[in-house]
Amino acid sequence: MSKPILSAKDVVVKFSLRGQILTAIRQASLDLYEGQTMAIVGESGSGKSVFTKTFLGMLDANGWVDSGTIMFEGQDLAKLKTEKEWLKVRGKKIAMIFQDPMTALNPLRTVGMQIREVLEMHQGLRGEDAKNRTIEILGQVGIDNPSMRYGQYPHEFSGGMRQRVVIAIAVACNPRILICDEPTTALDVTIQAQILELIRKLQKELNLTIVYITHDLGVVANVAEHVAVMYAGDIIEYGTAEEIFYDARHPYTWALLSSLPQLGIKGQPLYSISGTPPNLFTEIKGDAFAPRNPRALKIDFVHRPPYFRVSPTHIARTWLLDPRAPKVEPPEAIKAMKAKYARYAT
Amino acid sequence: MITEEREVLVDVQNLRVEFKVRGRRPFVAVRDVSFQIYKGETFGLVGETGSGKTTIGRAIVRINETAAGVIKFRGQKINGVISKEVDRMVTQKIQMIFQDPMASLNERAKVDYIVSEGLYNTKKYKDEDDRRAKVEKALLEVGLLPEFASRFPHEFSGGQRQRIGVARALIMEPEFIIADEPISSLDVSIRAQVLNLLSALQKDKGLTYMFISHDLSVVRFIADRVAVIHKGQIVELAETEELFKNPLHPYTRALLSAIPTPDPRIEREKRVLVYDPSCHDYSKDKPKWVEIKPGHFVMGNNVELSQYETMID
Ligand SMILES: Nc1ncnc2c1ncn2[C@@H]1O[C@H](COP(=O)(O)OP(=O)(O)O)[C@@H](O)[C@H]1O
Ligand SMILES: Nc1ncnc2c1ncn2[C@@H]1O[C@H](COP(=O)(O)OP(=O)(O)O)[C@@H](O)[C@H]1O
Ligand SMILES: [Mg+2]
Ligand SMILES: [Mg+2]
Repeated sequence: MSKPILSAKDVVVKFSLRGQILTAIRQASLDLYEGQTMAIVGESGSGKSVFTKTFLGMLDANGWVDSGTIMFEGQDLAKLKTEKEWLKVRGKKIAMIFQDPMTALNPLRTVGMQIREVLEMHQGLRGEDAKNRTIEILGQVGIDNPSMRYGQYPHEFSGGMRQRVVIAIAVACNPRILICDEPTTALDVTIQAQILELIRKLQKELNLTIVYITHDLGVVANVAEHVAVMYAGDIIEYGTAEEIFYDARHPYTWALLSSLPQLGIKGQPLYSISGTPPNLFTEIKGDAFAPRNPRALKIDFVHRPPYFRVSPTHIARTWLLDPRAPKVEPPEAIKAMKAKYARYAT
Repeated sequence: MITEEREVLVDVQNLRVEFKVRGRRPFVAVRDVSFQIYKGETFGLVGETGSGKTTIGRAIVRINETAAGVIKFRGQKINGVISKEVDRMVTQKIQMIFQDPMASLNERAKVDYIVSEGLYNTKKYKDEDDRRAKVEKALLEVGLLPEFASRFPHEFSGGQRQRIGVARALIMEPEFIIADEPISSLDVSIRAQVLNLLSALQKDKGLTYMFISHDLSVVRFIADRVAVIHKGQIVELAETEELFKNPLHPYTRALLSAIPTPDPRIEREKRVLVYDPSCHDYSKDKPKWVEIKPGHFVMGNNVELSQYETMID
């Protein structure tokens, strides 16, 4: 495999909150490869946004990268200090879009001006050139009648169209990496399907590297080639979409998949995960998922598991993969998925 | 399944709900909607944001006024002008659970008060001891500890708050519960817990549900029958598996094609259909609501209906 375009290693992020310290990211590591579409999936609070915001220096003021490295184009982003340094990366090389498009849009300026501004600042385009390029980009993100839309304000757009405008602003300066943080969570499924299609199209056309953050495993299956599963501030499993959906190894990934209604049997209780995620204010011992894992081993409560390699593209942080571990069967729904996949393959 | 023999608990005919808009014609949020809900079933109502799902639920519990149509509960008319007794019966027998447990619970009130509110309103308890016993029972039924009664909503997780919302409905001993997006704001791992709770309570108490959701995968799992609503109109209604197997209306087909399935093989090969309302030519040939096959209703004009006939297997 080629060299990663971005490589985050053992990243620890802490926040100070009312005199207490919360550890939001606990030594998470992730490699991103050029042209790859990777999904980060996990429940709310698992650290998806915080982790990826460290790639753009966008942490809230009460938070900091405590240790770890984030290598990008030969420099360690974790060491950047000033806003001036970050402005060379943020937006320009790595862009991020969010769930609520209005956070990125200025309600008082026309959509055209907001894209044009980016082009003028980052690409040095001026006058008619800037305008024409803006209209071209609006068309590229699927906005009908772009020359008319150029002069309209954000409130004249529907939620889905606004998200397209935000995507247009993000891609206007040709970033290498585009991070999409739950961009369709607030949209209806039919609109979501269109935005997902747009993101796939842009990925191909612009050879973007995409990180797609979501809690929806259906969306993951739709967009991602690779999947990272986050739990309690850590990436606990990473693999190709096929490996995660048909051959997951971490009990948390099993639980997340099995609790989906699509994998349930009508009339029978759904597989459900008891309890709640751990408190991030206190130190987590062993495997963070152990207290909620009915299949937990003794060692899960004592030592944090390292990553075990399942395939060249698949790793999981679970003691179950240690050669000394007893053989533990995944839940029924997981076995059924695997069997279904085996049937596809033959 | 022979649907004719089943007992109809809720009967909605030609329902219309309008909202006044200052200086303009009223906005019609629900138009000419008809459906029946059988006793003991889970009736799913799916549609996109703003399609009128909540408005229908709120019309049944009498929060929204109806502009036309009849809503019956156990054969009795419950919309419009009704007697005090019938009003009291509706307040007790029909309960609604809301999407956002935090927003729907009074933050400054203790759980004890929140769960008791319906009892206070209908004076449905003998004395303080009786009321407290009822709160305790309701909390236990939804899997919460009785001592939670003295706490405030903000001390609970999202899933627990939704359980409080369910306890608050259960304490009234309802027959019919309208669950309006009850798991949409919950985390994936908590959703299964709440769905299981609702199913278990239904079995135990013989409850009837109207389950409102924009999430078709959840509805497919939980509902016996599903109605699809688009811009205030129900366009199709059928038993769940029938609807998923034989969707007829182009809107239903588009909606079904858009739901992401947690299976990369299926997702990569799927084609998303786009619904274009201008595909209907209703200028002369007007649409009607027709039972095209036992239990399967669809909205269409004569030309469309004959086309749908050929699509049914
Ligand atoms: N500014 C902040 N101050 C304190 N804690 C924060 C702050 N931002 C995020 N957190 C905490 O960090 C954890 C991870 O949050 P986040 O990355 O937003 O989760 P996700 O995006 O997966 O839902 C959560 O426990 C959250 O409460
Ligand atoms: N109290 C109200 N006043 C005016 N318009 C309303 C009111 N309640 C709902 N609406 C409108 O009625 C339509 C249907 O809303 P709603 O029933 O909440 O949709 P859903 O629950 O399917 O998302 C929407 O266009 C909404 O804006
Ligand atoms: Mg987030
Ligand atoms: Mg609603």
